[in-house]
Amino acid sequence: MTLTVRDLHVAFETRGGRVNALRGVNLSVAPGETLGIVGESGSGKSVTAQAIMGLIDLPGRIEAGSITWNGKSLLEGDGYGTSVWGREISMIFQDPMTSLNPLMTIGAQICEVLTQHLGMTAEQARERAVDLLAAVGISGPRRRVDQYPHEFSGGMRQRAMIAMSIACNPKVLIADEPTTALDVTVQAQILDLLAELQSGLGLAIILITHDLGTVAGLCQRVAVMYSGRIVESQSVDAIFERPQHPYTQGLLRSTPRLDEPATRLLSIEGTPPSLMQADDGCAFRKRCPIAADACKEMPPLVTEGAVQIACHFPGRPAWQARQAG
Amino acid sequence: MVQLWAFAVDMVTLDFGDSLWQRRPAVEVVFERLPNTLLLIAASLAFAILVAIPLGAIAALRPGGFLDRLTMSIGLIGLATPQFFLGLVFIMVFAVQLKWLPTSGFGTAAHLVLPALTLAITPLARFTLMVRSSMIEELNQPYVRTARAKGMGRARILRVHTLRNILVPFMNLSAWELIVALSGYTVVVETVFAWPGLGHTAVQAIQRGDLFLMQAIVFTIAFMTVFITLLIDVASKLIDPRIKLN
Ligand SMILES: Nc1ncnc2c1ncn2[C@@H]1O[C@H](COP(=O)(O)OP(=O)(O)OP(=O)(O)O)[C@@H](O)[C@H]1O
Ligand SMILES: [Mg+2]
Repeated sequence: MTLTVRDLHVAFETRGGRVNALRGVNLSVAPGETLGIVGESGSGKSVTAQAIMGLIDLPGRIEAGSITWNGKSLLEGDGYGTSVWGREISMIFQDPMTSLNPLMTIGAQICEVLTQHLGMTAEQARERAVDLLAAVGISGPRRRVDQYPHEFSGGMRQRAMIAMSIACNPKVLIADEPTTALDVTVQAQILDLLAELQSGLGLAIILITHDLGTVAGLCQRVAVMYSGRIVESQSVDAIFERPQHPYTQGLLRSTPRLDEPATRLLSIEGTPPSLMQADDGCAFRKRCPIAADACKEMPPLVTEGAVQIACHFPGRPAWQARQAG
Repeated sequence: MVQLWAFAVDMVTLDFGDSLWQRRPAVEVVFERLPNTLLLIAASLAFAILVAIPLGAIAALRPGGFLDRLTMSIGLIGLATPQFFLGLVFIMVFAVQLKWLPTSGFGTAAHLVLPALTLAITPLARFTLMVRSSMIEELNQPYVRTARAKGMGRARILRVHTLRNILVPFMNLSAWELIVALSGYTVVVETVFAWPGLGHTAVQAIQRGDLFLMQAIVFTIAFMTVFITLLIDVASKLIDPRIKLN
């Protein structure tokens, strides 16, 4: 019962050229684990999630690598995917406003998962839908189940999305920036709900976010993405204590912390390399203060205990020296 | 003023006077011929809708693919071909050459096939192009991505999710085609196939200078146009709960 992504390459054939969005992503999620994926905009977080859910469309293509669930590939067109997606692995999206069908009742959208995957009758599915709405904290679920998305507020729509995604008691829930489109107060409620479900249902969650604070609050492990690869992955506590990859160090340095006096926020200079060019070296080396000749060669993702890191100089402090000088 | 009032009363009581040509009340002639026209239109639009929806949906699955291009090309040719010409070609091929179907007239189901087919081609082309382009648009909506992430198959997504979302614009187009057929296309097709409907009758009324009959026909069509429009408004509201009736 594990989800494993091995050496995943995804490219988009666009008019402006070929975008190598993922260039060898490796990750796996253990049962009941909460994995955070962080990284700059365009680093490939959403594409990774979409690939797992079979949502990569032309002009995008999975060029290489594997995605397996219980040892079986989700990439074959043999219908295995459609029996897993929505049932054992489900996903919620960033924008609950447009992610629901505007012309179907909330109930109908929940029920179709139940009838398709669990073979429930219409009445059974409806009862379960009411229970699910109650479980995600929607009051008056019996009335709400027959309403349309436009009658729900943003936060409630995201709750309905979550109800839909947990309908079949999945093992893994992928949440791609589930709170970005919501009000700050509602954001906290949705994250609380996810945490509650995670412990209540023993759900593994992959949480994609920009916000390291959210990761610290909800996740056990973090994977840091940069330019289409995972550059570092370890437990949340360790990554805040001892970030290994220079990029992670920079990322933490540019995040405000409550336990330190507010100083100037330091951003990482430069921009990520274009995904159009094929590059054999470490993608971060142009912005990395400790880059050396060795970095012209791609560092492999090395696993050491619970820590995975793709850097030729793991753990070497990259920024302090400059700050002092 | 008095005249106008008298006219209004006549309209409401459906008293259009006697047809000069047939020497009986004009309404009677209209009510006798209208069902024939409605039968012809119903058959052709039903055929057009039943073919256009799957055709457009399949084309939309792979925009730019072989089936898509084929559908588009046939659709554009269908739009560009005048109906009287198409009718004559059908008569030549299916009635005169192959002798499968009668050339013209009325009575059996076989008589209905060629006129209905002729009348169906233009709406069929327009429906197909419309279903295709709106399906392509809908398939890119985020709710389709959600449905796929729920493990719903392509067929179900098209049938349940996107079809519902294109239904309101599609119904409006169908209503428009219905009105155009009533008020124009049937005149041509019924004349070509000597189909005893309202359009054919209208042509005869004009030829004979039968003003009263003409007036009754025009009034009937105008009334039906208004009625269809109202009906579509109500139906749209039933499908899309966000639409407010005014
Ligand atoms: N449909 C597409 N067509 C072309 N390029 C795409 C497409 N989808 C994604 N990409 C490219 O893939 C790269 C990774 O995109 P992705 O959406 O995964 O980033 P992200 O990490 O989720 O960023 P964000 O934090 O902004 O959501 C980007 O450079 C983007 O331009
Ligand atoms: Mg994203």
